[in-house]
Amino acid sequence: MSVMNTEVNTAMKFSTVKRHFRESIKSLGRNSWMTIASVSAVTVTLILVGVFALIMMNLNKVATDLENDVEIKVLIDETADEAAEKALIEKVKKLPGVSEMTYSTKEDELTKLVKDFGDDFKLFEQSNPLRNVIYVKAADPQQTAKVAKTIDKYEYTYDVMYGEGKVEKLFNFLNISRNVGIVLILGLLFTAIFLISNTIRITIIARRDEIEIMKLVGATNSFVRIPFLLEGMWLGILGSIIPIAVVTTLYHNIYKIIAPRLQGELVQLLDFSPLVYQVSGLLLLIGVLIGIWGSFMSVRKFLKI
Amino acid sequence: MIEMKNVTKKYPNGVVATNGISVNIKQGEFVYVVGPSGAGKSTFIKLMYREEKATSGQIIVNGIDLATLKNKKVPFLRRQLGVVFQDFKLLPRLNVYENVAFALEVIEEKPDEIRRRVMEVLELVGLKHKARMFPNELSGGEQQRVSIARSIVNVPKVVIADEPTGNLDPETSWEIMNLFEEINARGTTIVMATHNREIVNTIRRRVIAIEGGLIVRDEHGGEYGYEI
Repeated sequence: MSVMNTEVNTAMKFSTVKRHFRESIKSLGRNSWMTIASVSAVTVTLILVGVFALIMMNLNKVATDLENDVEIKVLIDETADEAAEKALIEKVKKLPGVSEMTYSTKEDELTKLVKDFGDDFKLFEQSNPLRNVIYVKAADPQQTAKVAKTIDKYEYTYDVMYGEGKVEKLFNFLNISRNVGIVLILGLLFTAIFLISNTIRITIIARRDEIEIMKLVGATNSFVRIPFLLEGMWLGILGSIIPIAVVTTLYHNIYKIIAPRLQGELVQLLDFSPLVYQVSGLLLLIGVLIGIWGSFMSVRKFLKI
Repeated sequence: MIEMKNVTKKYPNGVVATNGISVNIKQGEFVYVVGPSGAGKSTFIKLMYREEKATSGQIIVNGIDLATLKNKKVPFLRRQLGVVFQDFKLLPRLNVYENVAFALEVIEEKPDEIRRRVMEVLELVGLKHKARMFPNELSGGEQQRVSIARSIVNVPKVVIADEPTGNLDPETSWEIMNLFEEINARGTTIVMATHNREIVNTIRRRVIAIEGGLIVRDEHGGEYGYEI
């Protein structure tokens, strides 16, 4: 008796691949209304996801910029002599968690003040009320408060200052908006997957007799399944075209308007490239994934023949 | 070729379609399966190509044990069988040629091999000149010929037919039967469920009669044996 020939061909033949692509594209045209419906759903979803992504990534950039700007200002007590000052500087330098440190004399500080607020402050050149200062940056900005408190305990520090409270509030706000954004995006993705699986389901119902015959003449499950998965993929790709165009144009214009105004400021927008390419790639990937996932869900239910 | 031992099929709704059937069909045989409607004929046929899975008992088709056959491997069983139905099951969007070629496409046969084999079977069933026509342009008999061509295009060892003449007029039925005889003469085993008394009584072959889920008669060169 013959042995089952299961190793017919593990690698799919090129003609088969061509057939699958042909079938999947034909099916898009045959169910054109459902195709339009799903593509629209994916389009709306991905436009929102894309805009959210642009906002989120820029907010993240702002947060990082602000974070990196946080520094500790250590005022050195006037009673400290040169040796004591040096000892303090050495101690701060050796403190773990300190990444950067600059020393600035009270004369330097006054010059800065004059530069920032005008010549009126030149009056103080006669008797400078300022103190020598050490500027310290924490390696991890989140640890700023801890580093500041440690330095405060050292001898000959008059005062230790950092933007206490404000930074924490900003990060809180950013985290909340990030979470809200993620929940919204997940909801939208879910809707798009649902619509795509419905489209594929209708396609499958329309082709039930065909599937039945395919199975009868010995088509494997994957042979039956692949055209539907490809169809889902096309829906995703078609649905990502408009969002990519929207995101690109939108950011191009926003960048053109806003970027010049932020010149020299602490906070900067992310550059057009590579951000827009990253977001576009992300949208395409999400489109393809929800397309394939959506059709996989409905094919799985229908192909238990 | 086809061996059943004590095969029982109980459907989830409690209906017992076959109740311990044992039968042995040899390579090259021509077997009629007869019996009243609802006697279990269709189930008996469906069990062979694993459309239905037996509740208990053993079925071996062409050396494959269907009880232990994994669902994933069923396609490879089907490739060794040809199946013909009462309602032809042709794809209306495809023409005659494409309908037959479909059976080879899904098993990923080479394109030039597909062309050669399809033309060969269309010649055999006498429809070479109608290769470009669509199913709705053909008579019932011609459609059944296409479906027979499709069932034998991958050179199966067994052709299983479920009332292939059920929708055809007597004259056309005879033509279809001649075709089956020709296929059988080439060494292909044929298992055919039928209600056609005239055919069974004229072309005398082995007859298996099923009633109430049991084989009540199994004789070579037998008669249809039921009054209509």
